[in-house]
Amino acid sequence: MSLDKATVAKVAHLARIRVPEGELDHLAGQLNGLLGWVEQLREVDTDGVEPMTSVVAQTLRRRADAVADGGYPDRVVANAPDGAEHFFAVPKVVE
Amino acid sequence: MAYRIQGETGEWEVVVGLEVHAQVISNAKLFSGAATAFGAAPNSQVSYVDAAFPGMLPVINEFCVEQAVKTGLGLKARINLRSIFDRKNYFYADLPAGYQISQYKDPIVGEGTIVLDLSDGGTREVGIERLHLEMDAGKSLHDQHPSKTYVDLNRAGVALMEIVSKPDLRSPEEAAAYLRKLRTILRYLGTCDGNMEEGSMRCDVNVSVRKVGGRLGTRTETKNVNSIRYVQQAIEYEADRQVKLIEEGGQVVQETRLWDPNKGITRSMRSKEEAHDYRYFPDPDLLPLVLEQSWVDRVKQTLPELPDDKKARFMADYGLSAYDAGVLVAERARADFYEAVAKGRDAKMAANYVIGDLLGALNKTGKDIGESPISAADLGGLIDLVTDGTISGRIAKDVFAEMLETGEKPSVIVEKKGLRQVTDTGAIDKAIDDVMAANADKVAEYRSGKDKLFGFFVGQVMRATQGKANPALVNDILARKLKG
Amino acid sequence: MTKPTRLTHLSMAEALEGLKAKDFTAVELTRAHIDAIADLRGLNAFITETPDLALEQAAASDARYAKGEAGPLDGLPLGIKDLFCTRGVLTTAASHILDGFVPPYESTVTSNLFRDGAVMLGKLNLDEFAMGSANITSYYGPVVSPWSPGRKIQRDAGTTAAGSELLEGLRQPRPVTEWEWDRRLVPGGSSGGSAASVAARMVMGATGTDTGGSIRQPASFVGIVGIKPTYGRCSRWGIVAFASSLDQAGPMTRTVKDAAIMLRSMAGFDPKDSTSVDLPVPDYTKALTGDIRGLRVGIPKEYRVDGMPAEIERLWQQGMDWLKAAGAVPVEISLPHTKYALPAYYIVAPAEASSNLARYDGVRFGLRVEGKDLKEMYENTRGEGFGAEVRRRILIGTYVLSAGYYDAYYLKAQKVRARIAQDFTSAWDKCDVILTPTAPSTAFAIGDKQDDPIAMYLNDVFTVPANLAGLPGISVPAGLGSDGLPLGLQLLGKPFDEETLFRVAGVIEQAAGPQPLPPVHS
Repeated sequence: MSLDKATVAKVAHLARIRVPEGELDHLAGQLNGLLGWVEQLREVDTDGVEPMTSVVAQTLRRRADAVADGGYPDRVVANAPDGAEHFFAVPKVVE
Repeated sequence: MAYRIQGETGEWEVVVGLEVHAQVISNAKLFSGAATAFGAAPNSQVSYVDAAFPGMLPVINEFCVEQAVKTGLGLKARINLRSIFDRKNYFYADLPAGYQISQYKDPIVGEGTIVLDLSDGGTREVGIERLHLEMDAGKSLHDQHPSKTYVDLNRAGVALMEIVSKPDLRSPEEAAAYLRKLRTILRYLGTCDGNMEEGSMRCDVNVSVRKVGGRLGTRTETKNVNSIRYVQQAIEYEADRQVKLIEEGGQVVQETRLWDPNKGITRSMRSKEEAHDYRYFPDPDLLPLVLEQSWVDRVKQTLPELPDDKKARFMADYGLSAYDAGVLVAERARADFYEAVAKGRDAKMAANYVIGDLLGALNKTGKDIGESPISAADLGGLIDLVTDGTISGRIAKDVFAEMLETGEKPSVIVEKKGLRQVTDTGAIDKAIDDVMAANADKVAEYRSGKDKLFGFFVGQVMRATQGKANPALVNDILARKLKG
Repeated sequence: MTKPTRLTHLSMAEALEGLKAKDFTAVELTRAHIDAIADLRGLNAFITETPDLALEQAAASDARYAKGEAGPLDGLPLGIKDLFCTRGVLTTAASHILDGFVPPYESTVTSNLFRDGAVMLGKLNLDEFAMGSANITSYYGPVVSPWSPGRKIQRDAGTTAAGSELLEGLRQPRPVTEWEWDRRLVPGGSSGGSAASVAARMVMGATGTDTGGSIRQPASFVGIVGIKPTYGRCSRWGIVAFASSLDQAGPMTRTVKDAAIMLRSMAGFDPKDSTSVDLPVPDYTKALTGDIRGLRVGIPKEYRVDGMPAEIERLWQQGMDWLKAAGAVPVEISLPHTKYALPAYYIVAPAEASSNLARYDGVRFGLRVEGKDLKEMYENTRGEGFGAEVRRRILIGTYVLSAGYYDAYYLKAQKVRARIAQDFTSAWDKCDVILTPTAPSTAFAIGDKQDDPIAMYLNDVFTVPANLAGLPGISVPAGLGSDGLPLGLQLLGKPFDEETLFRVAGVIEQAAGPQPLPPVHS
């Protein structure tokens, strides 16, 4: 598998990261290097192996249905770059 | 009757599947301790977890899990004792983490069924594909500022059950019946309030068309259709659009569309045009959700009697028609009201009063049974007054109207207005004698064979007694006296 | 030596004794460290210094000592890796994208430290989002190892202002001491600021986080102790996430005993972290008995990697000899999938990171770079806000999770990971602890390996398997290489058996003897 410039641009868009056109080639080269390197995993026989879904040997702990958080809109929006009346604000979205 | 679209090239049928997002009734959110109540001030029900602050982690609400399992059991579905939470990655202003925690390959609930009650009194089974738990997104407000969208995260993180039907529905009416039934079941279970106006139940509609019996066509997904009527309209519109498109030589594109209720049309969603690649993978902040069968069994024991079972019981125990039973079980409160009225009384008579009189009257004022000015005990009391002969069925109608108006007890109204039925034969004798004396000519005509005049005499006697005379007694005595 | 200098050279255990004995106060101890930090600002170990807060905390600590209510870490001045959210104190993850972010909450680990009386001197530099093995990816510039050869130049405080950048001027007091380096060495990464500040005696101990070796490798590079506990031992709540299934916090200290003291405070069950494990935290210092007689020490043959420098091989043998001399039994073991750990790691970690870092979007906190619409605002913000290494990892992670590639990359890597974990499970039948080198080399110079990501990733070849399997690992100083730079030995243990790691590490520490001071102190 080899990544071309267009694929890198597509992935960058999927990740919402602007990559200047001029850097795409260099980046494609680096990403291809990495992907080529991880190809060696194919050598490992993983037939019948369950993929790791949890590192700790336990199952999901559940909490009680109690309201124990929230109620501090000031603090929630305090770090926001833009907003008004406790709302966050972003450039207008047209659906 | 099958739903068909008449095209230029022949008859088409529509294939519909519904994805319902039902907000779980719970105090706190699925993965945080913030409150879920509707309509709070902006970002006032938001924790740092909901706003996806750095380092924040999800911890699952056990009641939401229980609600999902309860719903699964109510849909007669398989409960998966091991399920996995995945991240669905996409960027949107009201999705703070850049991913939604959902369930992809291993949902908590598998296949189930739902029985539709059709308008002709018949039923039809529709398959449920799956039910999974996921978190809701926040809300984007596009109309608060000329160049900005405002974001409120109060809804972000509220638990949703996504309930996916199989593509078993074949008409707008069936889709409506499916939604009504699903809503009824959710409300019976107390797992979702089913309020589509407030958005606590939302529907995505998958529609494709095919020549009758032909191969399945390409489907479109119309998002966030927020009433049953709109769902019907959206299906009609989409089916017609697709048929026209295909017949004109075009092809249906698999895409996400948006319902425009003002124009009554669906349209392609501009902001979601590009193909999605959600990059699902198991959420490493959460571990597999493992349930004990014994726990599931305990939840099962808490299930209320569900509408299908209740309907069957009403038909068997109360001798009601499928239609009447269906009307009564459509809402749990209605069924409970009916049973309170019917207890120890004539069940059919109770059904007539509840359906014919009470529901009819409430319907006119747009109220539901919970807002009824007449309690079940009082309606039962009214029936008792009829049954024991205190008032006649006709007088009962007046008393009912008075009860509806004032909320007073039937016995109070009867006493206050002196509506008690006259059963004193002396008084009735006298009234009959007066009527016969005043209408001697008619008495003669009757006696000469004009039987039809009997009704006239009954009417006169009832009028003379202001309707309070016991009709049976009036009949008996009148017949005897007229004979001469 | 003057009293303040001596205070900074104490171990945490010694300082606790001194505080209890009223030999000095917490304020004096803290002041000594604040001075040391000012003196060594040329290392760029701190992103944010919090001397006022530290002195306030120290005064409160002295009050507790006076009342006899001191906690297990009371009055000890520590540094906090700037990946831990600290209430009211700028938290950056060394990234431009978190510009100005002041958390309104305190991470569980730092809360635990403060509960036990610790004093915070400031927030320590790191690789951006903890992605790196040399601390060269920080938005705030690289950290210089205190082992770098160089000299101090005293200058008048007033004369340095002209050249300093506005940002530098804003985030910390102006340097009064400058350093001139002959060769700037990396402290390792990603916990480079933590490693450098502990080794340079600017702090008594520091928090680190370890996703693929980020505690152990820098500990080895600067000659200190660093332990990555078992996954689930320390809460991840409030730590900026890099790769959730691999991240784990741990202490970095100058002695094994200090690490034992500090981990006891950091660790513990946290109901706010679903992966936190509800097990009691032992008093790890009790494990430091020195008695390892009969203990089976596994020597994994697969760790003899191609091209491993002879001195690393020698160091490893030295470690075996020390442990054997103390009565332990070396056992050769096999961890057959070792060579696949790094490639598996470089799929799993970027995949998780690509998702974890999606929240940095310019909406709720940190940097925003405007654009004509929402999508462009996202792309501008994230394009400018993330550095090259972070961008590269997000892109790789996005790619390996994308439709059509998930099975071939991510799923495959998670299966290989299961194999690697199984290797360890099998090994525990034969041994009680595993001994390996910590890193394949001593520290290199800033600028080396910078354009070759894979060469840089190879630094983590010995440390990554423990992260993939969730096992505890500790790096202990074991002497100097031929280049005069520190080298560490790594011990890997069974899940939640940190006590054995501390016990064996204590024996190595004892055998290796006192470690030399880094050149900045010579």
